[in-house]
Amino acid sequence: MSFLLPCPNCGPRDVNEFAYQGEVTKRPTQSPTLRELSSYLYFRENVAGVQREWWYHRLGCQAWFQAERDTRTNEVLATELTEPVSAEGAPGPEATPALGENPTL
Amino acid sequence: MKDVFRVQRMWRPRAKLRRRYDVVIVGGGAHGLATAYYLAKTHGITDVAVLEKSYIGSGAAGRNTTIIRANYRTPQGAEFYKESLRLYEGLSVELDFNLLFSQQGHLTLAHSDRGLITATERAEVNQLLGIDSRLVYPDEIAGLCPEINLSQDATWPIVGALYHPPGGIIRHDAVVWGYARGADRGGVEIHPYTEVTGIERSNGRVTGVRTNRGEVEADVVISCTAGWSTLVCDLAGVPLPITTHILQAFVTEPIKPFLDVIIVSSQMHVYISQTDRGEILIGAEIEPYTTYKGQSTFPFVEYSARHTLELFPQLEPVKVLRQWTGLCDLSPDYSPILGETEVENFHVSAGWGTYGFKAAPIVGTTLAELVATGRTPKLIAPFALERFYTDTLVSELAAAAVSH
Ligand SMILES: Cc1cc2nc3c(=O)[nH]c(=O)nc-3n(C[C@H](O)[C@H](O)[C@H](O)COP(=O)(O)OP(=O)(O)OC[C@H]3O[C@@H](n4cnc5c(N)ncnc54)[C@H](O)[C@@H]3O)c2cc1C
Ligand SMILES: [Zn+2]
Repeated sequence: MSFLLPCPNCGPRDVNEFAYQGEVTKRPTQSPTLRELSSYLYFRENVAGVQREWWYHRLGCQAWFQAERDTRTNEVLATELTEPVSAEGAPGPEATPALGENPTL
Repeated sequence: MKDVFRVQRMWRPRAKLRRRYDVVIVGGGAHGLATAYYLAKTHGITDVAVLEKSYIGSGAAGRNTTIIRANYRTPQGAEFYKESLRLYEGLSVELDFNLLFSQQGHLTLAHSDRGLITATERAEVNQLLGIDSRLVYPDEIAGLCPEINLSQDATWPIVGALYHPPGGIIRHDAVVWGYARGADRGGVEIHPYTEVTGIERSNGRVTGVRTNRGEVEADVVISCTAGWSTLVCDLAGVPLPITTHILQAFVTEPIKPFLDVIIVSSQMHVYISQTDRGEILIGAEIEPYTTYKGQSTFPFVEYSARHTLELFPQLEPVKVLRQWTGLCDLSPDYSPILGETEVENFHVSAGWGTYGFKAAPIVGTTLAELVATGRTPKLIAPFALERFYTDTLVSELAAAAVSH
């Protein structure tokens, strides 16, 4: 076993029951510049220390939740279900910037 | 005659850390040492220090599964790795050190139509660039690897493969030691147990580093820190699109020569080769969560062994000898991040994920050229960090997720 992750619904389970969904990031607001948008899409803190991150209990209750985990030790300090986020502040379709030619994507 | 039995050091013991160097390289893995070697050898830039926080080769350089190949999916990637493979072919002579490079061939198995399509695309890109790479079907696979299970009753029957004859395995420690010795002979100073704890800048330009052994001024600082790249580049205020994960591998007890071709199955998340010592070497994908903790896990051995036995049922009685883990720096497009950053004279080699060992010679060559000439070599221009700000990615997903 790698380590245990306490699901807020199901309790401590083998980490392999969960899908890791990345560190919690801050969404860009309305009309981001290309730099802001690409920072949000690609750049990560990738801390060696306590990280707030998303998990999905794929082989259990199928809930999404957040955890605080120390990436140096894999010790999980806390997990919690989160409140749904309002759509306010999320970018609308008019804010999508032109990405230009990108044959490799 | 008595010299024959004298124990010789590969490189000088670490000297007193001086207060100034022309070039400081952070990271004593394959990339840092290769860069130092070519700076001295090709460009006569010898006032160079390699600073390594632990022992030389303690990172992924000493933990990888040593696959060297050029059969990538994008023209930019294939061209780049082709040049590295060419340099590897001459490296034992260049370094005057036997690197045990065995170009035994590399088979990427296809288990579905989708797999065959990906293999075909790669073969066509490769052939256009003059890389020896082609599609083979089960009858030919049987000749290349008589031991493999080609039965149609398998969970994922093999329907074909991408065959890359010049792909091979090498003695990874020898590459590290050979470059370190060559750099040392060229005048470079190698400083193990010297950790960089800060990077100094002035007016957007790098001026030196802080270490656990004092401050050092430098005109140029290069980060070759693979899995630790985010932490080191952070010291210079350079954000990276990188996440750090562990990649694991294990070997079995040594057995008689059995397998003389590298086998990769993306479908089954496993790859297999036999080392010169006779061990069967087995690896898989990265662990999906980010971590800096290099601890091995049991599920990895369990599923990798299960998939290996589907391909080679006759390995069933063979015992697992040991397993290990290394840190990997994953980039969003499975291509490296190489060259200049927004901090002047602070350069980076990162984003190597699970496939950077094969790139050491070309990374060293091109970064040394960048330092010597102040210009980014054409071969690495597509891999600039800037591409993540301009959204011009180079997606190697098809050729680099399980294949290292
Ligand atoms: C299990 C495994 C299998 C792999 N298989 C393959 C393969 O088959 N083929 C392939 O091409 N690649 C493979 N890779 C990837 C490859 O090993 C790496 O991409 C490559 O070695 C990275 O370059 P490097 O050797 O310079 O890095 P490393 O050897 O990791 O060097 C980085 C060094 O930086 C040092 N460092 C970090 N922070 C600091 C600091 N603050 N100050 C000073 N020093 C610091 C570290 O201690 C480390 O020694 C594999 C990796 C692993 C883990
Ligand atoms: Zn649950």
